[in-house]
Amino acid sequence: MIRYAAPIVIFGLMVVVFWLGLGRDPSVVPSPLVGKPAPAFTLPRLDAPDQQLAASDLRGKVWLLNVWATWCVGCRQEHDALLAIAASGEVPIYGLNWKDDSLQARAWLEQLGNPYVATGVDADGRVAIDWGVYGAPETFLIGPDGTVLHKHIAPITWDIFARDFLPLITVARGTGS
Amino acid sequence: MRHWLTLLLVGLWLAAPALAIEAELPIADPEQRELYDRLTNETRCLVCQNQTIADSNAALAVDLRREIRGMVEAGQAEDEIKTFLTDRYGEFVLYRPRWSAATAVLWLAPAVLVLLGALWLWRIVQRRAALPVTSEEQDALDA
Repeated sequence: MIRYAAPIVIFGLMVVVFWLGLGRDPSVVPSPLVGKPAPAFTLPRLDAPDQQLAASDLRGKVWLLNVWATWCVGCRQEHDALLAIAASGEVPIYGLNWKDDSLQARAWLEQLGNPYVATGVDADGRVAIDWGVYGAPETFLIGPDGTVLHKHIAPITWDIFARDFLPLITVARGTGS
Repeated sequence: MRHWLTLLLVGLWLAAPALAIEAELPIADPEQRELYDRLTNETRCLVCQNQTIADSNAALAVDLRREIRGMVEAGQAEDEIKTFLTDRYGEFVLYRPRWSAATAVLWLAPAVLVLLGALWLWRIVQRRAALPVTSEEQDALDA
């Protein structure tokens, strides 16, 4: 009996494994950064290049870091969602302008609206490497102790924000100092 | 006509180095160059996942080659550089993942499967060997 059942059972198991494998998106690579301290950076601000934006200045706050660029199609797609998140006042958004032209980036914010409290200019992509960025847009949630709490790859929407970020923000505020 | 075609093919073949990606100058120190070549050929380009960063012209691959080159030229060890990469991008960035609790299944699975297969084969052979010899087989043996 077993000799006839075994191939069917093995086949069934393979179907389950491959079915689950098909449903996963290979372009989403889990970040090893979640749960670790956010990488430090000090970058010139997009709106005022003589001033600096530093991750250390944001200690004690819960904040989002959104990696964007004007050459990034997904960033254009998520822009309205970012504006809605900023308008909701739930959490301040800081931008990381990745390997972009600052003139175009400023024009983009002027035309489409600016959801960012401040944007740091990462012209050569060094800070993005420290954050393990491999494709904009990416959005990180950072807790008051400077720990990365969550990372979202691909354009964000209000629904994703409400589902994945808001509960974490509430918890972070509760335990935060 | 035939000659022209041959000439064209030879010309294309000679021009192939022009398609090479690295425009950067090679590293002077041969040992460091070898380490750089090995690392860039074993690092996955996460933008174009089935290419190495040595093969890819994506902006991120160019940046990572620059970072790796800087670290190699600064005399950092292979392991330090790999840790730099996996701290940021996870073990997936290495085409040859390092031995760890999380990658143990990956490394051991082929050996375990071969072992199971061998065991199965051995059992079948044992069982068949225990069967009585049929008359046809006996005839074949006697012939």
